Amino acid sequence: MNPAGFSGQVWRAWAIAKKDIRIYYFKGPVLIFGIFMPVFLFLAFLMGSRQLPLAFLVAGLVGMTLFFTATAVSPAIFPWEGQAKTLERLASCPVMVEAIVLGDMIASTLFGIGITLITVLIGMALGLPLLHAVTLVAAILLAACCFSAIGMLLAVPPTNVPSNIMMLSSLLKFPLVFISGIFIPLEQMPPWGLALAVCSPLTYFTDLVRYSFTGSHYFPVLADIAVLGVFTVVFTAGTMYLHKRTMPKRM
Amino acid sequence: MTPAIDVADLTKRFGTTLAVDHISFSVQEGEIFGFLGPNGAGKTTTTRMLTGVIPPDAGTALILGYDIRHSPVLAKQGFGVVPETSNAYTDLSAWQNLMLMGELYGLPRGQATERASDLLGMLGLLERKDQKVQAYSKGMKQRLILAMALLHEPRLLFLDEPTSGLDVQSTQMILSLLRTLNSTGTTIFLTTHNMEEANRLCHRVGIIRDGTIVAVDAPEKLKAAIDRVHRIEVSFDREIPADALGRLPGVTGADRTGDKWQITAENRDAAIRALVTFSQEQNATIVTLTTLAPSLDDVFLRLTEGASL
Repeated sequence: MNPAGFSGQVWRAWAIAKKDIRIYYFKGPVLIFGIFMPVFLFLAFLMGSRQLPLAFLVAGLVGMTLFFTATAVSPAIFPWEGQAKTLERLASCPVMVEAIVLGDMIASTLFGIGITLITVLIGMALGLPLLHAVTLVAAILLAACCFSAIGMLLAVPPTNVPSNIMMLSSLLKFPLVFISGIFIPLEQMPPWGLALAVCSPLTYFTDLVRYSFTGSHYFPVLADIAVLGVFTVVFTAGTMYLHKRTMPKRM
Repeated sequence: MTPAIDVADLTKRFGTTLAVDHISFSVQEGEIFGFLGPNGAGKTTTTRMLTGVIPPDAGTALILGYDIRHSPVLAKQGFGVVPETSNAYTDLSAWQNLMLMGELYGLPRGQATERASDLLGMLGLLERKDQKVQAYSKGMKQRLILAMALLHEPRLLFLDEPTSGLDVQSTQMILSLLRTLNSTGTTIFLTTHNMEEANRLCHRVGIIRDGTIVAVDAPEKLKAAIDRVHRIEVSFDREIPADALGRLPGVTGADRTGDKWQITAENRDAAIRALVTFSQEQNATIVTLTTLAPSLDDVFLRLTEGASL
């Protein structure tokens, strides 16, 4: 197999993903954080916003869970590995920068999907009917890829200090949650809020999850999927391009 | 034959600092090439450019026939790298690190496991293969890094200070393995501060100073080149007149030190022949005869202090 060929690089990306899962994701604190963080946010809003239906909040919980878990660890992997010099090890192996980024994205996508499925089960355990399972599965797969690309985009600044990246990450992630129709339905948003909401990929995912559980949606379902797909492609291409440019500055 | 490494006008600048200044050299296949230089001379920057970790600003580096800038994956597939600082994943075991390398180099699983077992056995790590690397000593980590670099049986091996700070046992194990590898055809590019190591191992050495190559040659030739006047220490079993020694062909001076004579000569070979003939004529036996060549340390210090060949 040609090591520089597409399939050769995809296999190498898979090896990197397995390494990431083993080192960074299969850790008690990471797993606990991945579940607790969205659950506590959900409980806070459940108690504070009694007028919102449970189906609406569970859809938000699923959206938050996927968004937070898929972007939880990936922004810090490059800084950690830069600090430990293991990134230099990868850079001297026959692996393209794009394959390293893809490997990190695969790991965060799988982690995001795994944890999100738990919240879907919680929703179903609370008595919510799953009306459109296929749509939900497609939405989770697509959004997990999109959010993991966002996670990798957050890691683009070539610093090897993880705390810098995590601060930047929190600075961008939390506002995104509040403008994406998770806690305030899109129908109740002011025009400026709606203008911000359409810029967030989380908005379309949450709309799809809501449709899967309740049958109602704000945007047409196909439009949600198409926009999520466009965001995924743009963010993935962007993060690969930018990491290729900044990688030498980490060494 | 295509050189294993062929560098032409390689240049790297960090801001306003010219770290590597248009250097050119080549390393032949099967050679052990030592890359020497004081701290900050540009050794590591050069090695990082050759291994594709950082891109050069100008110039070319052909590694095993592939341009490291334009065909980095194909070039990297053919070499292994042992950096100065261990960069194995400390949260993984030695075995997991090696299997990861196997996957990154595209080795079939069976070949990777067989090769990993052999290397771990050879390097004395087999019994602790399932232990996390964070519990390893520095010497064990360095041996593991060497195993990781050798897993795919590279034709070319880059080593940056491979024995720096290691105990004698680990050092000897690594040096012995390098000799064995070279005897089976592996080309070795060795960056080191250890002159004795370079002297004993390397077929040729390159010396870099302030980002510029100041000499590339075999260690013995470099030693001979820095001292135009050679010194020979000789002792006889009987008294010899000093003026007779001083008049021998090729000899420019003779000084007595204890029971020995320190001979200075412009032509070492001619002086030794003359001494042998002289001893026969004088019916004297040569008890000891030693050529006092400059060490590689002397060469290094001379070249990196500013003198030129």
